[in-house]
This record gives sequence, C-alpha cells and structure tokens, in this order.
Amino acid sequence: MRYWFPYPLLSLSLLALWLLINQSLSTGHILLGSTLGISWAWIMVNLQPDKTRLHKFRRIAVLTGHVAIDVVRSNLTVMRVILRSGSRPVNSGFVAIDLSLRDDNALALLACILTATPGTAWLEFDRQTGVLTIHVLDLENGARWSELIKRRYEAPLKEIFE
Amino acid sequence: MSHLTDLPVWAAIPVCLLLLGGSAITLVGSIGLIRLKTFYGRLHAPTLSSSAGTILICLASMIAFAVLQNRWIFHEVLIVLFVILTTPVTLMLLGQSALYRDRIEGSTDVPRKTTGPEPDLSAIDI
Amino acid sequence: MNELFIIWSILVSQILIGLAMACALFRIVRGPRAQDRILGLDALYINAMLLLLTFGIRTANSIYFESALIIALLGFVSSIAFAKFLMRGEVIE
Repeated sequence: MRYWFPYPLLSLSLLALWLLINQSLSTGHILLGSTLGISWAWIMVNLQPDKTRLHKFRRIAVLTGHVAIDVVRSNLTVMRVILRSGSRPVNSGFVAIDLSLRDDNALALLACILTATPGTAWLEFDRQTGVLTIHVLDLENGARWSELIKRRYEAPLKEIFE
Repeated sequence: MSHLTDLPVWAAIPVCLLLLGGSAITLVGSIGLIRLKTFYGRLHAPTLSSSAGTILICLASMIAFAVLQNRWIFHEVLIVLFVILTTPVTLMLLGQSALYRDRIEGSTDVPRKTTGPEPDLSAIDI
Repeated sequence: MNELFIIWSILVSQILIGLAMACALFRIVRGPRAQDRILGLDALYINAMLLLLTFGIRTANSIYFESALIIALLGFVSSIAFAKFLMRGEVIE
C-alpha cells in the first residue's frame, strides 16, 4: 500500500486542486485527477524530500491563529508607517537572531510566515552558526523583536516539528 | 454591466466596501514602493497588496458571484492560496540577491556575513 | 440608487488600482538599481491581477479569473527567474 501510494496527502490535495480548476465533479475528471495525483507522488519520491512527522495538532491551530492576528496587525502598522513616512523618518534596520531550530521544513515555514507578515522580511540564514538575519521596517529595539520571534514562532514550530 | 445591477442591497454593500478597502490597501502598498527610501524598506511594501488586498478583493468577488449566479466560484480560493504561497518565496529570493550584491560592492549599510570566509570575489564574472 | 452606488464603487476601486500600477511603473522606470526594478515588476504583476479580478466582478464574467490565475503564475515564475539571475548571473545552474 505504502509502495503504491507514497504520499497519500499530496495525491489527495492534487486531486482537489484539479477538480477546483476544472469546476466539475464528473467521473472523467476524478479519474484523470487521481491518475495525475498518484503519478506526481511518484515523482516526489524521486526528489526525496525530508520526511517529518507532525504532532500536536492543537499547537498547529494556535499557531495559525497567531499568524492570522499578526498579519492583520502588521498590515495596519505598515500602512501607518507608509502614510506617515513623509513627516516622520522611517526607523528600519537589520536584526540578527540566534535560532536553535534546525529542521528544514520548519525553517521553510518560518521563512514563509516572517515574509508574509508585512514589516518583517527574511534575508538570510547561516546554517552553521544558526544566525538568522531579518529586516524590520518599524524597529523600536532589536532585542524585543528577536525575543518576540523566538517566543511566538520558534517555540511552537519546535514543538510541532521536532 | 446588466448583471451586476441585479445584486440585492444586502450583498451590494459588503461587496462595495470590500472592493474599496482592498484597492485602497493596494494603493497604500504601492505608494510605499515610492516613498520608502531604501531597498530593504521597499521590500515590505508589496506584501500589503499581496496579502490584504488580494484577500479582500477575492472575498468581494466570491460574494458577488455566489449571490449573482447562485454557485460558489472557487477560483478565488485558488488565487488567494497561490498568491499567499508564492509571494514570500519571491521576496525572500529578491532580498537574498540584493544582500549578496550589496556585499559584493562593499556597501557599508548592510550587515557583514556573520562568520566564515568573506564572499569569494574571484569567481564572479558579472 | 443601488446600481449607481455599486457601479461607482467599482469604478473608484479600478482607478485606485490603476494608480497603484502607476506607482509600481514609476519604481520600474526610476530604479535606481536592478533589484528595485524587479520589485516594481512583481508589484505590477500583482496589481494587474487584482485589476483583472475587478473587471471580472464588473462584467460578471468568470473568464477573467483564468487570466488572473495565469498572470499570478507567470509573474511568480518570472520574478523568481530574475532574482536568481541577479544572484548567480544565470537562471538554471
């Protein structure tokens, strides 16, 4: 079973995507979509991604909620900064953060979260030293930002992925 | 144009508000592209239009089509998912390449590489 | 009254998105460096996609969504290729 369907979740989501694009639930489209989904899962096997086990689904829900709140809040902050930037100089800068997260998938998710919220942008991560450099638009002090990111995102990601 | 005016009032008001809000946020994001002074500051501006603007406008068109044609059009969900997944990747790569170029030029306002050897300048033939 | 309101609000939001596209275009023309131009191009893509969505609402025609989806896809791929080119000097290594 595991041999024929190596990534069942990926196959199912590809099937759902196919049906959504075609806007139909006919037998032909379901067959075509499942063929595509299963064959793409085999391609994925050859790419050999890192397998991670997810646990603590409640933490995932909490983290999603936090990210949604933060996106809304930082949208408002960035809008205020841009509209006021004529009269008040923008106080932006780089922040270096020591991360203890090492899992590749977790780091990718952290990068997406940080870049998707306006106001913080992921610039580079040094894999050897574990130092992450981000750029913050509305910088009050660097230590507060680094502490915030460690507490709000890194700790739950560590719990979920490791 | 004729179809749109069939929209009942209770649906028209949220559609209009969502549309106006989304386009205003998009405009603010693009103004940020002009007004912010440094490249790294400008890197934050397009996220406004790609997160808030896209979600609001897609919500408006979902409501409008659900009421008008009495069926859910899920293309908007696809667009929102796609834009939210892809914009961070673009901006991350762009930020990395800008940092790389600034370091090669020896700019002083970007942080130096934390440890390890300096970027190898001899191999670059741009 | 209702018709007037919705038609005008769609028109106003289209004008706002058009202004946003003009801002992105300004950044493309002005520069000053290559990464600024690519950032402007990326913003221009997203704004064009949003403009197509509002056209879709205005004409109640779902064919616009297909083009919006295609613009989102192509914009992503081209921005990635440009950014990669800036970093390495070639797209496919």
